[in-house]
Amino acid sequence: MAIFQARTRLFRSFSTLSSKPLRVCVVGSGPAGFYTAEKMLKAHQNSEIDIIDRLPVPFGLVRSGVAPDHPETKIVINQFSRVAKHERCSFFGNVTLGSSISLAELRELYHVVVLAYGAESDRSLGIPGENLKGVHSAREFVWWYNGHPDCQNLDPDLKNSNTAVILGQGNVALDVARILLRPTTELATTDIASRALAALEESSIRKVYLVGRRGPAQAACTAKELREVLGIHNLDIHILEADLLLTPADEEELKSSRIQKRVYELLSKAANTRHAHTGLDQRELHFVFFRKPDCFLESECRTGHVSGVHFEKTILKGISPGKQIATGTGQFEDIKCGMVLKSIGYKSVPVDGLPFDHQKGVVPNNKGRVLRDAKGGSTLLEEGLYVCGWLKRGPTGIIATNLYCAEETVFSISEDLEKGVLASSLPLQKPGREGLLKLLYDRNIRIVSFGDWEKIDSEERRLGSLRNKPREKLSTWEELQKAFME
Amino acid sequence: MSNLRLARVGAWMAKELCRAKFTSMSTAGYVQRGRNQHSQRPFEQLSQGPMIQKHCYLSTMTSNDTSKEGSEQKTISVTFVDKDGEEKNIEVPIGMSMLEAAHQNDIELEGACEGSLACSTCHVIVMDEDYYNKLEEPTDEENDMLDLAFGLTETSRLGCQVIAKPELDGIRLAIPAATRNFAVDGYVPKPH
Repeated sequence: MAIFQARTRLFRSFSTLSSKPLRVCVVGSGPAGFYTAEKMLKAHQNSEIDIIDRLPVPFGLVRSGVAPDHPETKIVINQFSRVAKHERCSFFGNVTLGSSISLAELRELYHVVVLAYGAESDRSLGIPGENLKGVHSAREFVWWYNGHPDCQNLDPDLKNSNTAVILGQGNVALDVARILLRPTTELATTDIASRALAALEESSIRKVYLVGRRGPAQAACTAKELREVLGIHNLDIHILEADLLLTPADEEELKSSRIQKRVYELLSKAANTRHAHTGLDQRELHFVFFRKPDCFLESECRTGHVSGVHFEKTILKGISPGKQIATGTGQFEDIKCGMVLKSIGYKSVPVDGLPFDHQKGVVPNNKGRVLRDAKGGSTLLEEGLYVCGWLKRGPTGIIATNLYCAEETVFSISEDLEKGVLASSLPLQKPGREGLLKLLYDRNIRIVSFGDWEKIDSEERRLGSLRNKPREKLSTWEELQKAFME
Repeated sequence: MSNLRLARVGAWMAKELCRAKFTSMSTAGYVQRGRNQHSQRPFEQLSQGPMIQKHCYLSTMTSNDTSKEGSEQKTISVTFVDKDGEEKNIEVPIGMSMLEAAHQNDIELEGACEGSLACSTCHVIVMDEDYYNKLEEPTDEENDMLDLAFGLTETSRLGCQVIAKPELDGIRLAIPAATRNFAVDGYVPKPH
């Protein structure tokens, strides 16, 4: 039955292909963008899909977010490359929504626009001292070691102190902790940016604090990442036994979450492991629970530079069944450090003409359909405009989350096409790719095609092979430009 | 419909001929083990539909018939039940993973990390508990990934970790219906 339906749809799609292809533009070439493109190609045989990205290189956070020592996670690039090479799909890098082309222009050119450009900014704590030198967002640090061209000048100071504080205990926090603590000999054979590797080789950081507002039963990381950081060579793990005590409310929470239960078990096990490492290169990782940052402390000898974090101790308060939040106790404690990485969440950035919920940091949407009004439960739709990924549901989840997210958005698009929601624009011939290329040409914007990326790719692999790395990323705008202009 | 199936079986037979390498793998290493029952069922079970249809094999022609032409037990019969409840019966050479088998037979099972145990996209649900119990316990690493699978059930496994062995002949695997799960019990963002 399902096959029959699919066939009917296929037939219908084919019959319209010759006369008027469905022009689709996907903004952003990370997992959300590529999964959307893949599902669209499959669901609509008459669709022609262009993926644009502001960077000259594709794959978004698979390239600049996934840690260099997680090559298996990046294998999905193979699948995305097949999508990019599909005859009805194109990739155009170096095209920035909002400056190369406006959202209004894009919607003129295409029947359907799907925004999947993620979250390229950071949540802020809004506490004193956040702008001191040495306080970075984890995103910037990740982009730095992953060779993202926007963060190559970050130059984090890893030499003036032996201690770093990481705020947050999610997977990104664990990633940056691991990069700071893992022996650099092990990082040297990854695709880590060479600039970052050199800095890490000279790093004097030996002690890292991972600080969370709540307890081990609420830690936001996954078991895989935790297992990995706990297994680092020559690393002593410090967890206060008292923090591991569970309240009945904690136990209730653990009961309903397999993942949190397994994370808690790993932490308990690690707390009971004896510290065996006493050598010269001994490193320490401290899990600190029930602390919320109150302000950053400024160094007395180095003006403008961070010297520590002032924390308020917290306790948990139940606000609804299975949900507890941290509240301050009025007791405070400092942790001295020379660097702070804030890993408290990413934030999406709106563009002109896009409804945006600033409080939640997402585009208001109904299963991927962009709603006209951010407030008041409006159901008026922005015709032909959709969202997927972090811009749609906030900056959480793993790569695979985007698979389901894209499926939902594409399902909404299909439903709208069938119900005639897009009726006002569908009968029109839209210029699509041709119009986009003309407009960009007129503006003197040099697009980077997938073929151009493949040149960059092979150059990166070649450079990598010289250093026994899978790739050496071209990580400045100049290097990238040179590679695709050649 | 049956034409389609015939064509598929034909394609399968053609593929089968050039697949001898998988049949040489030894199966001696497999140990049958009982397993602890989960004490709870915290995750929503999905797609009841296909689960009910347990023994309704398609009558026209199952590829079972063709498996006898070689020597005994070189392949096993596996049925995939897709998101729409559509069934596909395939022959899988001993030693081959369900992920690989699905891909060779054009079954839409995702495999983002291509079987390197770094994602959860090849999540399948073993539809019969007896078969589930014939599998070796998942490793910590597989469990770490299953933690992140959508619509996890008591009998969930990763397709890349289920390797064909004679005892699994007749196993039925459901591919979770993703969209529905996303809408119903999608990832809940955790505050920091």
